[in-house]
Amino acid sequence: MNGKYETHEHDVLVIGAGGAGLRAAIEALAQGASVGVVCKSLLGKAHTVMAEGGIAAAMANVDEADDWRAHFRDTIRGGKFLNNWRMAQIHAQESSERVRELEQWGALFDRTKDGRILQRAFGGHTFKRLCHVGDRTGLEMIRTLQDRGVQMGFDVYMECAITRLLKDGDRLAGAFGYWRENGRFVVFKAKSVVLATGGIGKAWPITSNSWEYTGDGMALAYDAGAELMDMEFVQFHPTGMVWPPGVQGILVTEAVRGEGGILRNKTGERFMERYDPKRMELSTRDVVARAIYTEVREGRGTEHGGAYLDISQKPAEYVKRKLPSMYHQFLELADVDITKGPMEVGPTCHYMMGGVKVEADTAASTVPGLFAAGEVAAGLHGANRLGGNSLSDLLVFGRRAGLVAAQHAKATVAPSLDPGQIDSAERAMLAPFERKEGESPYALHSDLQENMQKLVGIFRTEEDLRQALTKIEELKERSQRMSVSGSRMFNPGWHLGRDLESMLTVVEAVTRSALARQESRGAHSRIDYPDLDLSWGKQNNVIARKNERMELRQVPIPDMPEDLQVLLTEEKGSAA
Amino acid sequence: MSDATLKIFRGTREIGATVDYRVPIAPGMVVLDALHYVQSHLAPDLAVRWNCKAGKCGSCSAEVNGRPRLTCKTRMDTFPQDKPITILPMKSFPVIKDLVTDVSWNYKVNKKIPPFQPRAGVEWRMYQEDIDRVQEFRKCIECFLCQNVCHVLRDHDKQEQFGGPRFFVRVAGLEMHPLDGLQRTGLLKTELGIGLCNITKCCTEVCPEDIHITDNAIIPLKERVVDDFYDPLLGLVRKIRNAKEPAK
Ligand SMILES: Cc1cc2nc3c(=O)[nH]c(=O)nc-3n(C[C@H](O)[C@H](O)[C@H](O)COP(=O)(O)OP(=O)(O)OC[C@H]3O[C@@H](n4cnc5c(N)ncnc54)[C@H](O)[C@@H]3O)c2cc1C
Ligand code: SF4
Ligand code: SF4
Ligand code: FES
Repeated sequence: MNGKYETHEHDVLVIGAGGAGLRAAIEALAQGASVGVVCKSLLGKAHTVMAEGGIAAAMANVDEADDWRAHFRDTIRGGKFLNNWRMAQIHAQESSERVRELEQWGALFDRTKDGRILQRAFGGHTFKRLCHVGDRTGLEMIRTLQDRGVQMGFDVYMECAITRLLKDGDRLAGAFGYWRENGRFVVFKAKSVVLATGGIGKAWPITSNSWEYTGDGMALAYDAGAELMDMEFVQFHPTGMVWPPGVQGILVTEAVRGEGGILRNKTGERFMERYDPKRMELSTRDVVARAIYTEVREGRGTEHGGAYLDISQKPAEYVKRKLPSMYHQFLELADVDITKGPMEVGPTCHYMMGGVKVEADTAASTVPGLFAAGEVAAGLHGANRLGGNSLSDLLVFGRRAGLVAAQHAKATVAPSLDPGQIDSAERAMLAPFERKEGESPYALHSDLQENMQKLVGIFRTEEDLRQALTKIEELKERSQRMSVSGSRMFNPGWHLGRDLESMLTVVEAVTRSALARQESRGAHSRIDYPDLDLSWGKQNNVIARKNERMELRQVPIPDMPEDLQVLLTEEKGSAA
Repeated sequence: MSDATLKIFRGTREIGATVDYRVPIAPGMVVLDALHYVQSHLAPDLAVRWNCKAGKCGSCSAEVNGRPRLTCKTRMDTFPQDKPITILPMKSFPVIKDLVTDVSWNYKVNKKIPPFQPRAGVEWRMYQEDIDRVQEFRKCIECFLCQNVCHVLRDHDKQEQFGGPRFFVRVAGLEMHPLDGLQRTGLLKTELGIGLCNITKCCTEVCPEDIHITDNAIIPLKERVVDDFYDPLLGLVRKIRNAKEPAK
């Protein structure tokens, strides 16, 4: 290894400092591993900080009838039976313990009258199940984990972006990246790597996601030879802000509906009666998003192309206490007082159900030494995620990933780094500076977003998807000619150029998977195949790199053991 | 649609000046939108921090027309359109580039604070009325605007002796946690230098989360320090009542 690069060595390298990454790091530390955590932003600013509504766990503090079996059933039903059943089982069984642990580390959830953790209703959950802190649950969670991890002693590499996973033969050996601050390169050597990089929302223009959500982890894993699964399932959250233009896409938490918010179209009709009379506003996200979209398309939308969401029938003090950040968000950004009148809302790209294919119990990918947890991983949520099931996912599978990554590190010898891979990663990063007069990454990004919004959105058709693939190929070629200006010091244009590469890989996987799945299921709606198809309900789309090309195949879903099947039968008929 | 002129600091610690940019104004636009416009159309290498664009992450702090603010929550229509809007990095932290500052000092201070430690054998029951005031402190999004305006740091550069309002808020959240068993008054008095705060309330004024930093966090903590160090008897009474043990 040449001494050209700053190099750090750890047993376990965690890429990502959101809930999943921090929980993984804490567990690996507890196993005695030396742990490094890398993140693109400052510590504590990851996406998890933005989570609002709550964390799902069948603690039965409010509804005594709740238990893990009901949580399991709701998760599988919400995911339209495409979930990895083992993940759904582990998640339902372990999430209560993970929430209690947070409390023991100092988190302060809202309380029931008898002093326990309060739980609220949410879409698709049969019982009041979401533990919460007003509408800032994610902040409470990330701060608790951050403080614990810092105290236990992980090394944090903030504002550092990983651009390549390094391999030693078949196994993972580390990662290559750059410091955002000065543009210098850095190499990490590690026996195990945990990916916890989150999602891909920035490939769409209307999104609740931040600049960090460019699918890096999925693209890094794909490049390193790992498999991606369920990439067609992109969640559009039904309620994002629609007006004014600058705030378009910013999330309006589902907690508004959980607390009793009502949806109406411009004629004043409570239209959910036509789409899901039983669950109404608390139907699953895929159903509500399609309903709002359809209302708007058929001319019953509001002034700025959305639906009305109204919580003003509740006492003003109650709304301010349970939804404080929504109250301020609308007052300050949209001049709307939500205690007095309705909000205008519409679908916004929110969450990626698909991602790195992992083993349920271990969070291991198909590449030895590479693990994945949180939004970057696939399987738990199937075709549609229930609200609140992400924060619990982060804790349950973050912990497991950290545990197994540390065990794996103990059982293996240190890998060796290949200078050739490092040099090639460096050359790739420097190339856009050497090209002159090329296109700006911002222009390419905006074309990519427009393409995805128009052709790979809530409703899809074969024709659109084929056109999207052609566009993506064009964009890939254009990105080879892209150039950046300025120096390597904190240069967002340069950073976006690299992020675009990840986005292009991931949107290709999304589009190819969406094209293949000739049915409508969960978040994937095909106008040309509007119904559920039983045979598609038995398989996942899996993507891998073969001879420099993206290859897609169908993999059968393993049979669910009978004791779990029994839990579903009662409700199975209403799966559609 | 009309235009606005932004005067944005461009440069590094060593050298820099404001540069003018013309930005078209859209309804409801915030300062961060304007900065993004500059990035995507005029200066692709303009360094800015942001994440949530919704006042939840505390990344986008800057000084807008002299006032420390979250740029994602500052509407362009709160300023007169015919005058330029000046956007400078936070003054109390060293500039890295443009609007991005080196806030790593805060992370170092944070590390000194012993985290939550439950008293032995507690029962995990807490009542809403007992945690309301602690939840206020836990709203902090670490925007560091309070650190930026506090004169002890801004004008007197007492970074070595003083922890700053953000960390008094954090300590208050721990000290007033109903089940916490540690005592952090020694830390407050010495390493965090709470005595240097002379209750000017500038921190409270800029807090985007409306945390009553001075009244609810700093003053009660100062009282605890006084109790424990100057009126040992009172301190003892409280200790017995709350069964707190001193931080190591
Ligand atoms: C507005 C909003 C509200 C939400 N509300 C809820 C809710 O109430 N309940 C719920 O269950 N879910 C909610 N979600 C979803 C949930 O918050 C996210 O899915 C979850 O936080 C993702 O966590 P994570 O740990 O996987 O990733 P994140 O928290 O996003 O962390 C990703 C980390 O990876 C780092 N990273 C990414 N790429 C790289 C790279 N190349 N190099 C180095 N580091 C990198 C990032 O810097 C970051 O630290 C919400 C989402 C949004 C956007
Ligand atoms: S009240 Fe104290 S901490 Fe706050 S700004 Fe004034 S001196 Fe600083
Ligand atoms: S206390 Fe308020 S001003 Fe200070 S860092 Fe926290 S949120 Fe920002
Ligand atoms: S971008 Fe998160 S607070 Fe402004």
